[in-house]
Amino acid sequence: MSTVTTDSPTGPTEPSLTAPPNVTPLRTAHQGLQLAWRSVLKVKANPEEVLGLILQPVMFVTLFVFVFGQAMMGDWQAYRDFLMPGIIAQSVIFATLGTGFSLSQDVEKGIFDRFRSLPIARSAPLVGAILGDLVRYTITVVMVLVVGLAIGFRPEGGALGVVAAGALILLFAFALCWMSAFVGMIVRTPMSVQAFGMILMFPLTFGSSAFVAPESMPSWLQTVAVNNPVSHVIDAMRGLMVGGDVAGPLLWTLVWTAIITAVFFPLAAWAYRRRT
Amino acid sequence: MTHAIRAEGLVKEFKGKRALDRVDLTARKGTVLGVLGPNGSGKTTSVRILATLLRADGGYAEVGGFDVLRRPHEVRRLIGLTGQYAAVDEELTGTQNLVLIARLLGFDRAQARARSAELLEGFALSDAADRPTKGYSGGMRRRLDLAASMIGRPALLYLDEPTTGLDPHSRNELWEVVRRQVENGVTVLLTTQYLEEADHLADDLVVLDHGRVISEGTPEQLKDRAGTQVLELRTSEADQLGTAVKVVETVTSSPVSDDGITARVPVTDSAMLPEVVRRLDEQGVAVGELSLRKPSLDEVFLALTGQPAEPRGTDEETSA
Repeated sequence: MSTVTTDSPTGPTEPSLTAPPNVTPLRTAHQGLQLAWRSVLKVKANPEEVLGLILQPVMFVTLFVFVFGQAMMGDWQAYRDFLMPGIIAQSVIFATLGTGFSLSQDVEKGIFDRFRSLPIARSAPLVGAILGDLVRYTITVVMVLVVGLAIGFRPEGGALGVVAAGALILLFAFALCWMSAFVGMIVRTPMSVQAFGMILMFPLTFGSSAFVAPESMPSWLQTVAVNNPVSHVIDAMRGLMVGGDVAGPLLWTLVWTAIITAVFFPLAAWAYRRRT
Repeated sequence: MTHAIRAEGLVKEFKGKRALDRVDLTARKGTVLGVLGPNGSGKTTSVRILATLLRADGGYAEVGGFDVLRRPHEVRRLIGLTGQYAAVDEELTGTQNLVLIARLLGFDRAQARARSAELLEGFALSDAADRPTKGYSGGMRRRLDLAASMIGRPALLYLDEPTTGLDPHSRNELWEVVRRQVENGVTVLLTTQYLEEADHLADDLVVLDHGRVISEGTPEQLKDRAGTQVLELRTSEADQLGTAVKVVETVTSSPVSDDGITARVPVTDSAMLPEVVRRLDEQGVAVGELSLRKPSLDEVFLALTGQPAEPRGTDEETSA
């Protein structure tokens, strides 16, 4: 039998005429959005998760402000204003773990096999998962802000500064997503994604300018914290929201976002193609 | 003859272990190709290669005339895949699951809704359409999974152990669905560990064991190939069974197995039946039941592989 075939497969029944005949950027975007919608539906279907998204910021903000505030700065209001940008960043950075977790779950449950057996763009499930997660991160940012406002946080940067800071952390989270996706694809089970991710995320957020000024740390840790990309993001956010230097940290944030994306996007894509 | 699936010499290794060792598979258009084998025999690996989910290390496969390696997108346009486990999103409702797939396949919103409703109706899931699938029973999930694989009206349906873990009622329902699909001209690739299922559904069978094809043909041919027929004998009085076994052994000159109630022996020539009856009569053995039948696929598998197809209890294994 010859391997040369015609381009019109004559299946016994009409082959799915509606199936997209080829992959175009526009179709990939459409498919990505459909799959992002799936993530949103999942959030909606899970009141517990929504509750978690809401309660976690409430807990973190109140605990940090009222437990540490007085001790840190002798004045909880001052610490609150220092802390808010940091805690927004920390909440979002931790939330990026969810990307790897849910990707790992989809692979484990065979849902990715279904997607991959469909005539859709190879990258659509990955792109969709990450677009959908950006919705979750936005909810997180808004929730932390609401709690902050409720306990008297009045950012000097105004609405514009807050929106800019929010956009910046979402951009950074988008880069971190690829790292999370990569971990999600190379680690075997969703549970180990979480465990592994925690080990990564705790030093990354606590060894930064999120909760205390690096100047108060021992010199070796200070070096780490000052150069930690998370510190740059938080410093830039702080500048935008409550005043201070913006240009320097903002530049560094953009550089780091580009570096993280450049490293982990190809790695995530590679691991995704390799997995199963 | 046109082939919907043609695979030659498929080889796949996982960490140095051969999962597939030069496997050939051919499915004629509009028929059911059954791939039968125990766990770990290479069934799922074969399906995944033919579904473009896995690259073979060697060999060639085409589906609907398209090379699975060079034209995977075209292959994916032709196939619908139902995996071993029901790959539906637990947190989404039945409708949401199906609409998502339909939208991905390029249906517009209205078409996607209509197609989902049609399939949910066809699979008796209309009542559960708006409930999250985590509340579905195992049978319902399988049906939804199957519905999801049929949204694009695929010309080929891959069913990887579709009835594993289903109760007999759900299993029969699923068989009915498969038969209807075949009537509509769909080609089905079915893997199963259940001999009965293969016997019921498959037009052609390939038997896999340790990644190799150990036998192929129609279910009938396979049964013929494994020999022979089986002679079964019961005596009216249980204590005469021993005598009967000796008689049958003499006539057939093959070892007879008995479980204390029924004696069984594979025979190649049915002409010995009158001889057996005559000798039993001479010995004064009252025959309770005597029959000659084709072996079950279970017995066929035992004959072909030297081991039972399905894992059995240890007590049975030691007595065998």
